[in-house]
Amino acid sequence: MTMNADKHFILGVFNDEDVLMDAVKKVRGNGVRIHEVFTPFPVHGLDEALGYRRTRLPIAAFLFGLTGTTLALVMQIWMLGYDWPMIIGGKNFASLPPFIPVTFELTVLLSALGMVATFLIVSDMKPYKWPRQFDVRSTDDKHVMAIDLAMNRGKSKDDLARLLREAGAEEVHEKNFED
Amino acid sequence: MHKPSSVRDPLVTGGKTIADVSHDISRHVENKPAKLWYAAMAVSLALLAFGVYCMCMLLWHGIGVWGLNKTVGWAWDITNFVWWVGIGHAGTLISAILLLFRQKWRMSINRAAEAMTIFAVICAASFPALHMGRLWVGFYWALPLPNAFGSLWVNFNSPLLWDVFAISTYFTVSLVFWYMGLIPDFATIRDRAVRQGAKTRAAIYNALSFGWSGGAKTWMRYESVALILAGLSTPLVLSVHTIVSFDFATSVIPGWHTTIFPPYFVSGAIFSGFAMVLTLLLVTRKVFKLEDYITIWHIELMNIIIIITGSIVGIAYITELFISWYSQVEYEGYAFYNRISGPYAWAYWSMMTCNVISPQLFWIKKIRTSIAATFILSIIVNIGMWFERFVIIVTSLHRDYIPSSWTMFHPTLYDVGEFILTIGFFFTAFLLFAKFFPVINMAEVKSILKANSEQVTHAEATEKGVPVTTDK
Repeated sequence: MTMNADKHFILGVFNDEDVLMDAVKKVRGNGVRIHEVFTPFPVHGLDEALGYRRTRLPIAAFLFGLTGTTLALVMQIWMLGYDWPMIIGGKNFASLPPFIPVTFELTVLLSALGMVATFLIVSDMKPYKWPRQFDVRSTDDKHVMAIDLAMNRGKSKDDLARLLREAGAEEVHEKNFED
Repeated sequence: MHKPSSVRDPLVTGGKTIADVSHDISRHVENKPAKLWYAAMAVSLALLAFGVYCMCMLLWHGIGVWGLNKTVGWAWDITNFVWWVGIGHAGTLISAILLLFRQKWRMSINRAAEAMTIFAVICAASFPALHMGRLWVGFYWALPLPNAFGSLWVNFNSPLLWDVFAISTYFTVSLVFWYMGLIPDFATIRDRAVRQGAKTRAAIYNALSFGWSGGAKTWMRYESVALILAGLSTPLVLSVHTIVSFDFATSVIPGWHTTIFPPYFVSGAIFSGFAMVLTLLLVTRKVFKLEDYITIWHIELMNIIIIITGSIVGIAYITELFISWYSQVEYEGYAFYNRISGPYAWAYWSMMTCNVISPQLFWIKKIRTSIAATFILSIIVNIGMWFERFVIIVTSLHRDYIPSSWTMFHPTLYDVGEFILTIGFFFTAFLLFAKFFPVINMAEVKSILKANSEQVTHAEATEKGVPVTTDK
């Protein structure tokens, strides 16, 4: 990531998610690279329209789950089968059926916690962080499309503003961040 | 693209816009609570204080202060435990199972129902912990840690230990699921605070929202996480009450060791959970004026789930009776004969009336769409479900194999006090939740507003074929 002294963005503010979806396709069709779109609620299909690769979080969840399964089985078999065998009705020390409930629970636990922790890390979310806020209304009722001027060197500000308006933006703003 | 339905009722009424949703839900967090809230809080805190007194007495003197005796070694404590765990199940059913089935009506009620789940599980967990007599050892004696007895481990063959894992996993995963849902809504409250110039509130809710920005990439990951958490929670919630029922089903006590227990307990759990959700939400929607979000249609749908699960529970009761006769096992037969006609018959028939007969009233549309009737019946169902656990536990124990050890169970002040402790805690926690957290999932409701609001549904019904492009 390049660190610019100033960050200049053009913002298009949309009221309606269907207009937004068409606008995303139109803007990208014109060869403009979109920094990000901020929406108050999940808009289905927006990730595909923006060309995002599908998230690999399900794989992380599966691997964490597998870790839980293994850990639970190894723990129970070792503790009751080898470290301290107990005679219970003459049954095998390490018999699998009674170990299933705990194995299942630990699979779910590790899968859920591991996946959520991964989500927070990859999304760079932490309690002491203020996000870069383009428009505070984007968590209320507006959809905000942010276009980074540094990523679109070939286009002028006016061209981008016109394109956003033509695509259905209700408002077009400039936004600078100094960081 | 959204496809409005012309056959279903709107999920949100009153011509709400997206901005209205933010305002209607967030203002309860931003403004001072109503007088009624303070009154309810005072009552809950009084109950909690009495409960804490009883708990201190219990911890000081030991569980001898309870009415247990050598025949009835389990009574109110485990009854309350199972009752509270069961109540928790509705929250997960609404948020996870209804998500997998794409039932959009869950969106107005899932937040409060999940909060209820979390508080109910805390209440439930307090009973096994208190039953250990020494609360402070309960936390590590139950876990597989090297301990003071050499390397003697916990017994993984015991359903009581499975319970430890099931309940703690259920609590953790439900908490994480609930909190994930809260994150975007905390950001909404934060950004409203920024616009209102309330700096402290903005900082607090930003921390709570983990610095949520609402970018499309984050939303994509977030949706994926929510779906997988729902997929994990669904078998989890079914496993929890199954394992709770194993506490009884794997024993050799007549009246307990029946293979029907897991599905019977799970449906009973959902049954009582929905009743508690209704009790809480009918009050919440009134106090917080959320009638446009939690509509009569929502209430009707929940009542339909109560009919279904209540009927399953009824079939389970009758099956138990039938099998006790059909098996021709003398002990089993006596346990059930004693249940329906012995000294605890009053408890059995209260259970039958509350759980099997009363929910059948919901077949009548007028009753299941009436708020007063729903509220009364929801409380009756909760009473009935408490009796179900009491009947299963105490009537199976009090007439032991030898008539000389036959006895009755009499609760003491401290049995009742421990129950009041959890009631007080539950309502105090729920009231705090209702004041400081958004009680309805704003982001989810906003996402369905366009296709499910009243104006769209009406427009679609009157002008068929006219595409709807705006939500105004």
